[in-house]
Amino acid sequence: MTDSVSTREVAGDMLVKLGHEYPDLVIVGGDLNKSTFANKFQAEFPERFFDFGPAEQNMVSVAAGLAASGKIPIVSTFAVFGTSRPFDQLRVGVSQPRLNVKLILTHSGLLTAEDGVSAQSIEDIAIMSALPSFTVIVPADGPETEHAIRATVELDGPVYVRLSRPATPVVHQNKYKFQVGRAEVMKVGDDVTIVAYGIMVNEALKAAEALDTQGISCTVINMATVTPLDKEAILDSVTHTGAIVTAEEHLLQGGLGSMIATLLATNHPVPLEMVGLTGYAESGKPDLLLKKYHLTYEDIVSNVLKVVERKS
Amino acid sequence: MTVEGSSLLEIKDLARRVRIDVLNMVAKANSGHPGGSLSETDILAVLYGKVMKHDPSKPNWVDRDRFILSKAHACPGLYAVLAETGYFEIQELDTFRQIDSRIQGHAHIKTPGVEMSGGSLGQGLSFGVGVSLAVRLNGRKSRTYVLLGDGECDEGQIWEAAMSASHHGVDNLVAIVDRNRIQNDRWTYEVMSLEPFVDKWKSFGWHVLEIDGHSIDELIDAFETAEKTKGRPSAIIANTLKGKGVSFMENNADFHGKAPSPDELLKALKELGSEDM
Repeated sequence: MTDSVSTREVAGDMLVKLGHEYPDLVIVGGDLNKSTFANKFQAEFPERFFDFGPAEQNMVSVAAGLAASGKIPIVSTFAVFGTSRPFDQLRVGVSQPRLNVKLILTHSGLLTAEDGVSAQSIEDIAIMSALPSFTVIVPADGPETEHAIRATVELDGPVYVRLSRPATPVVHQNKYKFQVGRAEVMKVGDDVTIVAYGIMVNEALKAAEALDTQGISCTVINMATVTPLDKEAILDSVTHTGAIVTAEEHLLQGGLGSMIATLLATNHPVPLEMVGLTGYAESGKPDLLLKKYHLTYEDIVSNVLKVVERKS
Repeated sequence: MTVEGSSLLEIKDLARRVRIDVLNMVAKANSGHPGGSLSETDILAVLYGKVMKHDPSKPNWVDRDRFILSKAHACPGLYAVLAETGYFEIQELDTFRQIDSRIQGHAHIKTPGVEMSGGSLGQGLSFGVGVSLAVRLNGRKSRTYVLLGDGECDEGQIWEAAMSASHHGVDNLVAIVDRNRIQNDRWTYEVMSLEPFVDKWKSFGWHVLEIDGHSIDELIDAFETAEKTKGRPSAIIANTLKGKGVSFMENNADFHGKAPSPDELLKALKELGSEDM
């Protein structure tokens, strides 16, 4: 059994560490700082932490002003509040002038405790990927989060980092090196490519293991940088395997599956199946939500079987 | 060269030239927003001609005072004052709203001297809070001036920003409201009641001054008083006339976002005493 680590807590600790290295690093918080672990930075650097209450439009535009003045502002709140509520501020105030604002947002996707549909950010990848200046990163586990937070602070330009609420199984060794914009091939196989990000990476690895016993060999790709998409990695892999399954804790429309469908259709069409959400969900325990809304390794397995069937 | 110490006559002449530029730009582009550019002109002339520490040859000078145009549609006025004070050639104003130009239909940071990209109302005061916090963190003395439209104050974000500015005690921040009483469609009181406007700002924790936004003396005094005010931000409610300086544009909502015809341009330039007609 793999260990599980809270990626949002890793991010909170990493921001404290980076706060010592980068004197211009500041955090703009939205009254959820205990949940995002921005309170760790707040305790260490009270003069560089600014609370704005649940007023996300103001938070984002304030961050734009800080970035325009040479600061490295982190906007810290939940994924659902930090993307959809201030979308106009992100579009006109951050993306268009390409300001160095970082959204490090937690409680993404379906797994928001039992908060239900209003709290579930299942459109965020689509809307943030629609902003041309933004890099969108979804770490799969604790080690990757550590790298991703550092890379986010070091990158010159706006970034959205999407983190989960629950602890996430560790799928990386310590020697792993994350690179922005580069897919990670975690396992090489011949029959099908599985591409996933975030919590679905562990499910993809479990699916590949299960499929091995059925004689189907899978390549597993961790697409931690969803935008810009590492097109080369996908095309290289499907040229070899000839079939692909995508898996994401997000709506299918506008998500990784849609992006890869576009890429394949215009470059190298192969059979594609997509695991993801088709609509809104509801309140519920994480494992029950993932099961009911078809986001488990079993769902990946069944889609792999379908896509392999379509190859012949 | 730092622009400072201009005489009253020089500021008035700067304002006159800015108004002429605004009309020429909008007429040439045959689109744009003359009404609010003319109402804000004297505020801009006082800031760029007298109050602000700035250096047109070094738009990114770290210790400059910042001017943020939140009502970014009124950019013809800003472009004109930037050109007239030397940020770029006056001839470049002819490229307003044209393809391949640095001076866009709404203010964008690609223009030298423009601090913020705007065009969606309500964001500039928050941006100014961010700038002011950064300046304070850096231990610098720069001041931040944010120009808001009165119609723009219908946006909820203005009040989020207002609350946060006083909460964080940013006293290097000044909001100026160009209170011309006309927004896109009609009078502000018909669209959305703002009154009691001064009281609203006061109740949000701001030091508030209400002045004649076309009086150079009152503007200078207000900026000086704001600078002396410590511990909280200052708001200057500048009562202005939409379309100020051109008789048929004054108090006329039609010229919020409409260019003058060639005949109207000639008439307007004559009223402003342009030699160049």
